[in-house]
Amino acid sequence: MRPTATSTAAGAVGRKPALGAATERLEGRDKVTGTARYATEQPHTAPDCAYAWPVPATVAAGRVTAVDASAALALPGTLAVLTPDNAPRVGESDDPILRVLQDHEVPHRGWFVALAVADTLENARAAAAAVTVSYEVRPHDAVLREDHPDAYVPETANGHPGRRERGDAREAFAAAPVRVETSYTIPPLHNHPMEPHASYARWDGDHLTVYDSSQGAHPVRTALAGLFGLEPGRITVVSEHVGGGFGSKGTPRPHVVLAAMAARHTGRPVKLALPRGQMAHVVGYRSPTLHRLRLGAERDGTLTSVEHEMTAQTSRIKEFVEHGAVAARVMYAVPHSLTTHRAVRLDVPSPSWMRAPGEAPSMYALESAMDELATELGMDPIELRLRNEPATEPDSGLPFSSRHLAECLREGARRFGWHQRDPRPGVRREGDVLTGTGVAAATYPVMCDPASASATARPDGTFLVRIDATDIGTGARTVLAQIAADALGVPLDSVAIEIGSTRLPYGPLAGGSAGTASWGWAVHEACTALTRRLADHHGPLPGEGLTAESDTTEAAEATPPFARHAFGASFAEVRVDTVSGEVRVRRMLGVYAAGRILNARTARSQFIGGMTMGLGMALTEHSTSDAAHGGFAERDLASYHVPVNADVPEIDAHWVDEVDTHLNPMGSKGIGEIGIVGTPAAIGNAVHHAIGVRLRELPLTPDKVLAALR
Amino acid sequence: MKPFGYQRPATVEAAVEAFAATPGARYLAGGTNLMDLMKHGVETPAVLVDVSRLPLDAVEELPDGGVRAGATVRNSDLAAHPLVHDRFPVLSQALLAGASGQLRNMATTGGNLLQRTRCGYFQDTSAACNKREPGSGCAARDGVHRDHAVLGHSERCVATHPSDMAVALAALDAVVELYGPEGARTVPVAEFHRLPGEHPERDTVIRPGELITAVTVPGTAAGRPSAYRKARDRASYAFALASVAAVLDTDEDGTVRAVGLAFGGLAHRPWRARLAETALLGQRLTEEAVARAVDAELALAEPLRDNGFKVPLARNLAVHTLSGLAPARSPQRL
Repeated sequence: MRPTATSTAAGAVGRKPALGAATERLEGRDKVTGTARYATEQPHTAPDCAYAWPVPATVAAGRVTAVDASAALALPGTLAVLTPDNAPRVGESDDPILRVLQDHEVPHRGWFVALAVADTLENARAAAAAVTVSYEVRPHDAVLREDHPDAYVPETANGHPGRRERGDAREAFAAAPVRVETSYTIPPLHNHPMEPHASYARWDGDHLTVYDSSQGAHPVRTALAGLFGLEPGRITVVSEHVGGGFGSKGTPRPHVVLAAMAARHTGRPVKLALPRGQMAHVVGYRSPTLHRLRLGAERDGTLTSVEHEMTAQTSRIKEFVEHGAVAARVMYAVPHSLTTHRAVRLDVPSPSWMRAPGEAPSMYALESAMDELATELGMDPIELRLRNEPATEPDSGLPFSSRHLAECLREGARRFGWHQRDPRPGVRREGDVLTGTGVAAATYPVMCDPASASATARPDGTFLVRIDATDIGTGARTVLAQIAADALGVPLDSVAIEIGSTRLPYGPLAGGSAGTASWGWAVHEACTALTRRLADHHGPLPGEGLTAESDTTEAAEATPPFARHAFGASFAEVRVDTVSGEVRVRRMLGVYAAGRILNARTARSQFIGGMTMGLGMALTEHSTSDAAHGGFAERDLASYHVPVNADVPEIDAHWVDEVDTHLNPMGSKGIGEIGIVGTPAAIGNAVHHAIGVRLRELPLTPDKVLAALR
Repeated sequence: MKPFGYQRPATVEAAVEAFAATPGARYLAGGTNLMDLMKHGVETPAVLVDVSRLPLDAVEELPDGGVRAGATVRNSDLAAHPLVHDRFPVLSQALLAGASGQLRNMATTGGNLLQRTRCGYFQDTSAACNKREPGSGCAARDGVHRDHAVLGHSERCVATHPSDMAVALAALDAVVELYGPEGARTVPVAEFHRLPGEHPERDTVIRPGELITAVTVPGTAAGRPSAYRKARDRASYAFALASVAAVLDTDEDGTVRAVGLAFGGLAHRPWRARLAETALLGQRLTEEAVARAVDAELALAEPLRDNGFKVPLARNLAVHTLSGLAPARSPQRL
């Protein structure tokens, strides 16, 4: 909300474009000095602010038969204990996980069954611990398996068709001279942003204000309006600074509903920050996925058939199916293709988006299988991919708005030194260490949603741009100011920008790598309109300045028929310790074709951040479904192993210049997710090159690697 | 919340008195483990007796060439101390293999020995755990136990001790110095931690109210080849899947005069591999001899459903580490 850049300078003569420059984050100083305020750090916290602490279910499935809050209520400072029996009733919601404390069912371990509210955080925690919940337990089933009798093919998987078939892939596979039939397993993965999901909720009469750690303030407001039966205008949601989300804050989460409920129930402002130990069960995760692939090819490497079948889990209360078989619909020219998603409803928390949902798992599987095919053919894996470059998008037949995968592979090969590579697996030994290199392609779709913005020329010569965009650490705020500066033709430091509040013109959530395109388009339009107004204006500006507004609904939806995707190539070199089975990455390179790069500094951060998360997916990160007790075993950052600095060696990201006029006024594609997409397969392929054994279950931890080496 | 008292006595004697005066007292040093357990409701002390500023922060050279480290010496300081670094590299390496830089700056020598298992069910007050609540059962046996014990566990408990430092100390024949209501005594590190047996709630043989005041490493092993090797899921800030501390003394032709070998991550305590040591004494240190000795030790292993990988992993680490300590001119050196 607070303007983050102001200046009086406005000279526009001979200015360099702001876009493309490696501009530092506008709020960087605020963040490193601790003055940037996150959801529950608002400086205006009311003196009577109360604190809430949820009570998670301790059984894997069943029904709450009683909640005894008497001991909790007797503790000093306890204000209330909300239970399914006394919690405020809320209205309908598209998202069943938001209707918390509305009934007695327990769909999975960790589901919230009560909420303690007290005068301090510590008292709230103690009160929550003193709540006694009785259950009627029913047998549970919390582990995904491929042969599960309840597996079904959903109509859609996260918005994509559940099943797609072109030609006759099975027959083509049977007839193919070269065949690869393989399977891969990816475990449950958790987003675990540094800032937990947190809210500060306050009712002023019938106006609800919520400071929420969210990837989109407007979607939170929409959800709260439905649940609490309020006109959206009576709700303000602020998400000014957000400490990471990776998809887990892309939809409203139960904590914000609980905070608003508790504030209404107690008549006091309420803060609720989820403890890390509760997050694994209530804020989404990447479903485990089981993959089966069959690739058929001619002896020259020309693909003749692709089959990719993925099985994922979903919860009993909400269908969310990871679209982990979609990559083959985009990647390679092949006449026969069958891609199928299967889902199994289990007594598990509801899965949701995690960085590059769909693309990350499907490309791990497809690009690993392509590497297996290259090995089978005795062909260079880059050559194999180039051989199968399609002229149009395989699934739709649409022309690509731009596709420079081949350039990424070639440029990456040059930078990485790929051409000196000895293709033989398992032959490079340095003492106890085997080394290898691997490559994989990456892809992520280009999306764009309607947005609105306003731009104001102020009498002092500065400009104010307003839009409900969300900066979850990506640099969105900075890039939008750069877009505005160029559209206005003014220096960057004369542009102030306000984001992160429903008081501002509508912007969609920060998700699907679509934020910058969506918000940026609206900012560009508003600033362009303002420039026209200023050209027509004579004399000094009025005191309130001159304002222009934009709404890109028509423009963003009237997109010409193109397949729009970003592409990239990932390279990795690994060291495999044959004594311990430990795999460590020696160097990683990503080369991307993602339209025009708007800020070289924050773009590089996005790419290498995604690559690092891909390293975690390949080597260190996994959650374990607890078959005996339900839920996930890893519930803190000591046991859920995101990569640490020592895991991340030489890491580099580059991009090829890509001009694409079919996207948006900036010519940009999203870059927040593609970094994770190719990395796991590149690392897995490098491990195969190092040890000569194909490992097909992530992550590649010492137990699995050592078993393969023996 | 449950209120707790806080005291900061100036002397060891006063600390022990303060502890004895309040049932439910806990000593607080670096707090890297105790604070977490308090937040989780696993520990609910009535009073914290802060010993972190007692005058126990010296690292001294002993007349026999050994080292005495006060209980409040920070892990990072102990690892970097020249006496430790130069004479007992295994200890320095073990300390640096533990936790993260930030944690090592806070964690103390005494606290490191007394840290609790990181078994997820121990830390989750809604789960059955005989260590936290005797008689409640063991959720890990049927649950997720990839990180749990393969040696010396009991029906009651399959937890591991998480320390790296203690594994090196066990191999070095280090001794824990204690002071308590009944005065001072010493216990070898290798005997300080218990196997769970019927009483997994007791991690160590420490008596109520006793305070660790120092750890001494005898000079016997000073300067001998030694090494710590740890396998883990990520390059830093992860507990050992398995680890090994090895200290070796051979004569010129590679015959073993003395050997200290201990495993971490496999048991409820640092596992001193006495069988392997005995088998190696007086033997030429060939890879075959080492492998035979290590196998004899690991024959005791009883892996759980999902942690059988620890046995070959520990074997590899031990064979490789010990063989690597052989004199450079020995042909068996890998």
